[in-house]
Amino acid sequence: MKISKSWLPLVNPLSKDNPVIVQVLGICSALAVTAKLEPAVVMTISVTAVLALANVIISLIRNTIPNSIRIIVQLVVVAALVVIVDQVLKAWNYEVSKALSVFIGLIITNCIIMGRLEAFAMSNRPWPAFLDGVGNALGYGIILIIVAFIRELFGSGSIFGYQVIPQWWYDAGYQNNGMMILPPMALITVACIIWVHRAKNKDLQEK
Amino acid sequence: MNRNSNTYTIIYSIVLVAVVGVALSVVYQALRPKQLENIANDTKKQILMSARLSPEKGESVSALFDHHIVSSYLVDASGNRVDNTENPFDINIAIEFKKPVDERLLPVFECSTDNGLKYIVPVYGAGLWGPIWGYIAFDNNGNTIYGAYFSHEGETPGLGAEIEKPTFQNQFEGKDIFASNGEFTSIAVVKTGKEPQGKAWVHAVSGGTITSQGVQKMLYDSLEPYTAFFSNLADGESVVLKEGGNDEIPEGFTGEEDTSEGLQLQPQEL
Repeated sequence: MKISKSWLPLVNPLSKDNPVIVQVLGICSALAVTAKLEPAVVMTISVTAVLALANVIISLIRNTIPNSIRIIVQLVVVAALVVIVDQVLKAWNYEVSKALSVFIGLIITNCIIMGRLEAFAMSNRPWPAFLDGVGNALGYGIILIIVAFIRELFGSGSIFGYQVIPQWWYDAGYQNNGMMILPPMALITVACIIWVHRAKNKDLQEK
Repeated sequence: MNRNSNTYTIIYSIVLVAVVGVALSVVYQALRPKQLENIANDTKKQILMSARLSPEKGESVSALFDHHIVSSYLVDASGNRVDNTENPFDINIAIEFKKPVDERLLPVFECSTDNGLKYIVPVYGAGLWGPIWGYIAFDNNGNTIYGAYFSHEGETPGLGAEIEKPTFQNQFEGKDIFASNGEFTSIAVVKTGKEPQGKAWVHAVSGGTITSQGVQKMLYDSLEPYTAFFSNLADGESVVLKEGGNDEIPEGFTGEEDTSEGLQLQPQEL
């Protein structure tokens, strides 16, 4: 499949240049919010909103930012966007905002965001920066959602809070894997995804 | 203009901060009413949870609350109703609990359930990292706990935070806060293997010792001002508490010193 060059910032981070499984960034929140699917999806949407907007804003003002305080300017923009996302969540989905608690605030410290601002938005025009932001956030989100799917299915027997493993399985002796709910299994699941991904993409393997 | 000059940098940062500040306050003002409504609904849900009522997914918490909470009022430490136009639901428990016992306004929510009328009272205390709080529903004998709900601001997940799990909360069901001689004993929260004599107890959260102690202290401190109210309830129903009587219990427990004295011993047991 041939993809025109202008769409590369959007497509690359989804697989070949994925922030989580190739660059191994943003692992902390990948462990924290993936015990259930719903917070993982909300986190994905929140990060997408923050990263896409931050990328565009920084790209728009990139020629005015004084070089000596550029990291501070980036932080202020990201922090403001995160607070806005947090406030919107509190107003529209209080339950999820309670479940995500500090992790929304911690989007500020997500290395993916500062990384993209510094590496991409500071030197590109707004439209590619927007695509890059959406692409990286979705690349991050895909992994989050895959991990959350596996963890919720095996850990709680449900998908999006709805029970999918029938009662007669439990009656027959099946048990939810409590280990899946704990953070270590998120790390192990991410590691398995990295393993499969690298096995399929030979060019990612070091010689 | 020279983008590397100090003047430019300072002006730039001032303008940036001003713009961001205005944007944030606009968002805050616009979303505030909706947020307050959510917080109120969450509190209503917590109150209902203590009476073993939890809203189904998608069900309106407000409607459920209005349906079950048949009456709510404020009492004082001698068990009398306080004439106060303030809605008991709007009482800030955190502020109320800082006042001396005889000045406190104590909210009571009457909740009609399938198992009869229950009396729900709030409790408030300190955990390891921040405040913990909860709601306790009592049977109409003013003694037996029908259900309990606890929550916290920032206890350690997996340890202290377990107090908000049903496995911890369900232990409280059916426990009495008065000893058989009518003395207020509250509920002890003890480590596995300990079985204090003469009072009801529940198992502490393993690994959450300080939070568990916090729950024990919270229950004692918060329920003690209600003893007179509970005694009145009990008398109305002619259940237990014969010797204790109406007057003795509150008087023995009004002083602040009594509270701390009673508690000094208890944490040692944990």
